[in-house]
Amino acid sequence: MKPFKVEEGIVTLLDLPNVDTDQIIPKQFLKRIERSGFGPFLFFDWRFTKEGTLNPDFEMNAERYQGASILVTRANFGCGSSREHAPWSLLDYGFRCIIAPSFADIFYNNCFKNGILPVQLSETEIETLFNRVRETSGYTLRVDLEQEKITSDDGLCFEVKVTPFQRTCLLKGLDDISLTVAHEDKIKEFEANQMRVPPPLLK
Amino acid sequence: MIKNPKTMFEKIWAAHVVHEEPGKPSLIYIDRHLIHEVTSPQAFEGLRLAGRSVRRPELTFATMDHNVPTSDRSLPILDKTSARQMEALSENCRAFGVTLFDLSSPHQGIIHVISPDLGLTLPGLTVVCGDSHTSTHGAFGALAFGIGTSEVEHVLATQSLIQEKPKTFLIDINGKRPPGVEAKDLILSIIGQIGTGGGAGTVIEFAGEPIRSLSMEERMTVCNMSIEAGARAGMIAPDETTITFLKNRLYAPIDFDRAAEEWRTLPSDPGANFDQTTQIDATFLAPQVTWGTNPAQVVSVDAKVPSLEAFSDENDRKSAERALSYMGLHSGDPVESIKIDHVFIGSCTNARIEDLRRVAKFAKGKKVSSKVHAMVVPGSQAVKKLAEEEGIDRILKEAGFDWRESGCSMCLAMNPDVLKPGERCASTSNRNFEGRQGAGARTHLVSPVMAAAAAVEGHFVDIRQYDQVQ
Ligand code: SF4
Repeated sequence: MKPFKVEEGIVTLLDLPNVDTDQIIPKQFLKRIERSGFGPFLFFDWRFTKEGTLNPDFEMNAERYQGASILVTRANFGCGSSREHAPWSLLDYGFRCIIAPSFADIFYNNCFKNGILPVQLSETEIETLFNRVRETSGYTLRVDLEQEKITSDDGLCFEVKVTPFQRTCLLKGLDDISLTVAHEDKIKEFEANQMRVPPPLLK
Repeated sequence: MIKNPKTMFEKIWAAHVVHEEPGKPSLIYIDRHLIHEVTSPQAFEGLRLAGRSVRRPELTFATMDHNVPTSDRSLPILDKTSARQMEALSENCRAFGVTLFDLSSPHQGIIHVISPDLGLTLPGLTVVCGDSHTSTHGAFGALAFGIGTSEVEHVLATQSLIQEKPKTFLIDINGKRPPGVEAKDLILSIIGQIGTGGGAGTVIEFAGEPIRSLSMEERMTVCNMSIEAGARAGMIAPDETTITFLKNRLYAPIDFDRAAEEWRTLPSDPGANFDQTTQIDATFLAPQVTWGTNPAQVVSVDAKVPSLEAFSDENDRKSAERALSYMGLHSGDPVESIKIDHVFIGSCTNARIEDLRRVAKFAKGKKVSSKVHAMVVPGSQAVKKLAEEEGIDRILKEAGFDWRESGCSMCLAMNPDVLKPGERCASTSNRNFEGRQGAGARTHLVSPVMAAAAAVEGHFVDIRQYDQVQ
């Protein structure tokens, strides 16, 4: 996993609450057996018209937002299925940081496994960001995970709240499996105890 | 009085902690790992790249359900990418020694239908699957939740998972569920009340007399949809109903009576403390119909599509406005006036044998409207076979229903069962998201009997008006 330290980039907007994973990546694209290449299908039914051209009414499609790496959106982002194809497609499209008032649990978790930083801010802070981004073409933010801060050239400063564990994993690009493998003795011990009082599951 | 009373969740959690350190998430042991074709290929690929094996293949069970066609099984699968994904699962299960119930198996079906029916899901276990509706298995008093593909790989490699301990949420239901109001209506109405994010960060325990009186199938319907309230998991304490259901199942414990004794110790102790509690009165519940594009956008069948002014929250109003336009509905439309083109009876929410029995009981001697295509997709091959032994397929076919092979089918329309833009469907599944059943398609979530009644009438009807439910 690519470590996340600092991300400075263009901010884009998705002005909808409850964006579900079916919208982030529709099911017809879940048949791939690879982890990569999902970017072109991100928000597919919104980004493209029925004819397959870019939908001019979808805010994110505007020229000024091209190359964005930070997404600001509304409450309960990523609700619905557990598909990790959702963060894969966001990452592949170029997003490293998603800012919203709240996230769905499984999606939030999945972000950390893929080097994406989800940041929870208050509704008021999100509103401020929406206004500023719309007012200024090419608006950028600097997301600094080491300092746990989001700042802008025009003086905004927000706190990034993540657990120390999540922070370390992202900063170092650590993968959970190697962390757990380091506890192999504990897993063995647990399994041995389980065998002593055979639980019904082991036939 | 018990000293230090514990919730059922706390008991199961404590029994599964492998390792914990202050300030860090816990490492917990996983008893059952369920796998399907869509969220597993990248996990197996990860194992291969790292040169790892599956730690406990005997605790890992796989089936193919999301992609499978529900038409004649003897025909080749036309969709090449779907076929490739299913082949990948077969190949991975072979290579890593995992039991697979494939298309030729009598046990194939939706993973959340087959695991309980096989007796793989048991009280007190931790159950995970790369699928959000893993919450279904909580109906047995198991701690069951959906995980992403990276976590699937983690469980394959280590049989454990790194987890922050969730909070607990007691939904205490009282009163008496009126006739015609099903488990589906109960959970839809709960989601309508607490919202799609109402259970975020928590494990919900459903309790109270109306829950105790539910069958296992009905309990699964309730827990299945706890994820639609944003909860990590939903649970119902095991009791004699649970134990009776599990007896004689294929994978049920050999020393069943001793296991059952242990299960009886699982329910939350009296006086146990929950982080959050809500009371719900079941007495005045009516059959529910969703009108919008998330499961919380729901009203009683005898109500009208709500007006935008009814939403005090800005986000909810925006959502509702967009949903109405997507659904092609107007505030004030009576729900019963909404005409439908399709009916889908299926999915891990409502495609178990009991669901099909109730649908058949209703449909007997009636006819599906000539304007409606109504399909019934049993949750598994075993459910299908049992239904056929009971003559359910015959009753339904005579009434004009399309009787299919098992799978997820039109719940998410990843297989060929897809609606066209603008088509409207009464569906017994769990998600009415935009495009869920096909780009531009409009989904209304209802109970199985409400779906069957809509199939017959061509529009939504209040099931309570039929004598037989009284
Ligand atoms: S039936 Fe629907 S919700 Fe259930 S597992 Fe299949 S796709 Fe998911």
